[in-house]
Amino acid sequence: MSKVRIFTLFERFWHWAQTILIFGLLFTGLALHGSHGLMAYDTALQVHIVMALSLIGLWAFAIFWHVVTGEWRQYVPTHRGLPAVMMYYAYGIFSGEAKPFVTSPSSKHNPLQRLAYFGFKAAIAPALWVSGLLLLTYVAWKGTFMGDLLPLAWVAYAHVAATFALMVFLIGHIYMASTTGHPWYAYLKSMVTGYQEERK
Amino acid sequence: MSIRSGLLILSLVLLPLQIPADEIPALPAETSLSSTADHRKFEQLAGPFHSGPEVTRACLECHTEAALQVHRSIHWTWRFEQPETGQTLGKRFALNNLCQGIAGSYERCSSCHVGYGWEDEHFDFTAQDRVDCLVCHDTTGTYVKFPTGAGHPPYEDTPFRGRLFKAPDLAHVARHVGRSSRETCGTCHFEGGGGDAVKHGDLDSSLLAPPRHVDVHMDPDGLNFSCATCHEFTGHIQQGSRYQLKAAPEAGVAVPGRESDRPACQSCHGTAPHDTGIHNKLNQHAEFIACQTCHVPAIARGGLPTKTLWDWSVAGRRDEQGRPVVEMEDGLVVYDGMKGAFQWEENLVPEYRWFDGNMHYTLLGDPIDPAVPVPVNRPLGEPGQPGARIWPFKIMAGRQPYDTHYNTLLVAHLFGRDENAFWRGYDWDAALASGMATARRTGQTEAGFSGEYGFVDTRMYWPVNHMVAPREDALNCESCHGVDGRLADLPGVYIPGRDRHPWEPFGWLAVWLTLLSVVAHGLGRYLIHRRRMRGAA
Repeated sequence: MSKVRIFTLFERFWHWAQTILIFGLLFTGLALHGSHGLMAYDTALQVHIVMALSLIGLWAFAIFWHVVTGEWRQYVPTHRGLPAVMMYYAYGIFSGEAKPFVTSPSSKHNPLQRLAYFGFKAAIAPALWVSGLLLLTYVAWKGTFMGDLLPLAWVAYAHVAATFALMVFLIGHIYMASTTGHPWYAYLKSMVTGYQEERK
Repeated sequence: MSIRSGLLILSLVLLPLQIPADEIPALPAETSLSSTADHRKFEQLAGPFHSGPEVTRACLECHTEAALQVHRSIHWTWRFEQPETGQTLGKRFALNNLCQGIAGSYERCSSCHVGYGWEDEHFDFTAQDRVDCLVCHDTTGTYVKFPTGAGHPPYEDTPFRGRLFKAPDLAHVARHVGRSSRETCGTCHFEGGGGDAVKHGDLDSSLLAPPRHVDVHMDPDGLNFSCATCHEFTGHIQQGSRYQLKAAPEAGVAVPGRESDRPACQSCHGTAPHDTGIHNKLNQHAEFIACQTCHVPAIARGGLPTKTLWDWSVAGRRDEQGRPVVEMEDGLVVYDGMKGAFQWEENLVPEYRWFDGNMHYTLLGDPIDPAVPVPVNRPLGEPGQPGARIWPFKIMAGRQPYDTHYNTLLVAHLFGRDENAFWRGYDWDAALASGMATARRTGQTEAGFSGEYGFVDTRMYWPVNHMVAPREDALNCESCHGVDGRLADLPGVYIPGRDRHPWEPFGWLAVWLTLLSVVAHGLGRYLIHRRRMRGAA
């Protein structure tokens, strides 16, 4: 068995920093929405704002990194190989078939991952950012023409709807990325160490 | 010049400065430093005085314009032209759902008029000696208006409903006048509605010396404000009105020479009094939420319950001797044959409405819908309207007489010496006919009385402004940002934590289905894996 480095230090930092921030935002956001009462409202609001701004800052830097390194190509969706991967998760994984995709530094994500991550980055995350920033700055725009066009409730509904999409994504992502490797925790381990052990 | 003669001159120059401390003339102990006049020294006040107006004439010898100033005050006119609604209000015109209105009952009601002798509709509102100076300027605590004396104090000791009203020594009171105080304002404003704490809920005798948690401004050990500290008087006219409030003051902290928003909180605290923190949400909230909403978390907090229901429809029960029946519960009157049934509440949580400061009243003759509770008054202001704020109210429930033919509210003649008065004859037909006839005669209304009456549920909105709690007792975010919060029914605003899109359950369904799917998927993999292991073994 040989080790291949899949994830750079920055990617791992980015991933786990996001993990902390997204879970923090989800927890505080659900507190603000009244879905649970495990945190004082004022605290939840302050933490939510600080984490949201931190996440936006992190993303801004990550976008810069991806553009400069060209790693953005990793997230371009492709239909090639997609049916095979989908079939694998629907059937082959049970019957013990080999995964129809091999991770490599130049191709870190299988076609299904690419699709899911692209959806997260291109739809869910921007929806959260944009609606969240509008909520944060409501006082500044409510008196303008925007305030007449855009009821606060709609912005809030969009933010909450995107949160549900995020939760669906997270459940699927955590399950697949942390239990479907060989051994089952292999992907999780590689996201920590950066290295993946190749089966020869 | 020798040194010696030089020292001599020097010592002569310094001599006046060398008076020992114990030779500085002491101030007379009893001189009030807040005034330049000691009224005890005034010949005019030597007395004896036999009536209130006699005292007033003495006051006016020096304070030549005082009565004319008072004549312009709502405390005298009981009349207020509401500029925004065009309604003529004030106690002479407005109704309420406590004692209904003053028509015909002047002798009783005018015990809180800043005058003497308003016993019928012929009272002379231009008479200067009819102004009652003492009721506001007494400092002895002995001056009191007799409840049924048309504004006069008792001139000899007189009992009333089991309480002895002692005749004040008018000359003594006159020689000890001073600024108004919570005691003087409170004789009427704490007793509104016929007794301590009855009417407002945020004004009662607990404010005479409230602990800090009841009123952070009036606590004698703290800021020790009197009423007039905020309700500033100029020329006997006070700042502040229940008919038109300064709901959205913009002048900021009151600066001499500029417009003042007293008694609004902002006139001392400014328009952005909270720490900005990282989100400045509290100051942003202050742009559309009244300070009182968060800072008066409950009213009737000083140990005195306030009346929350007054049902006139059951009034009139009397015992064999013809005396009105009185029933008590927990020391509170819950039924009085003169007045009907009552409910009371302590630590009353206010209700919240949008309010732009203008009150609209249902006056005599205004059409009502008896099928729903009739708003005797209602706060104006729409959600999001500039200047409208979310404001706390004590909502008083009532059940009071109305004309079932014309669908208008009625006013009964309650107090009086004639048999028409309800409290004498206990006959609604006569009391209502008499009250309405007086209201027409005095120009209060042009509405008639058909002779047919019933009782209708009414609501009255009393804006909450007093009993400001210390900051640690203010509401927290969760008080409103939650499903069952205080603003659960407030329309026209999206409140995070309270509001949800009707489709939100589908979002949770998607989350749970996803979770179920991965659990099923994982379980399937595990079971197949175990069977394969067993097969291999």
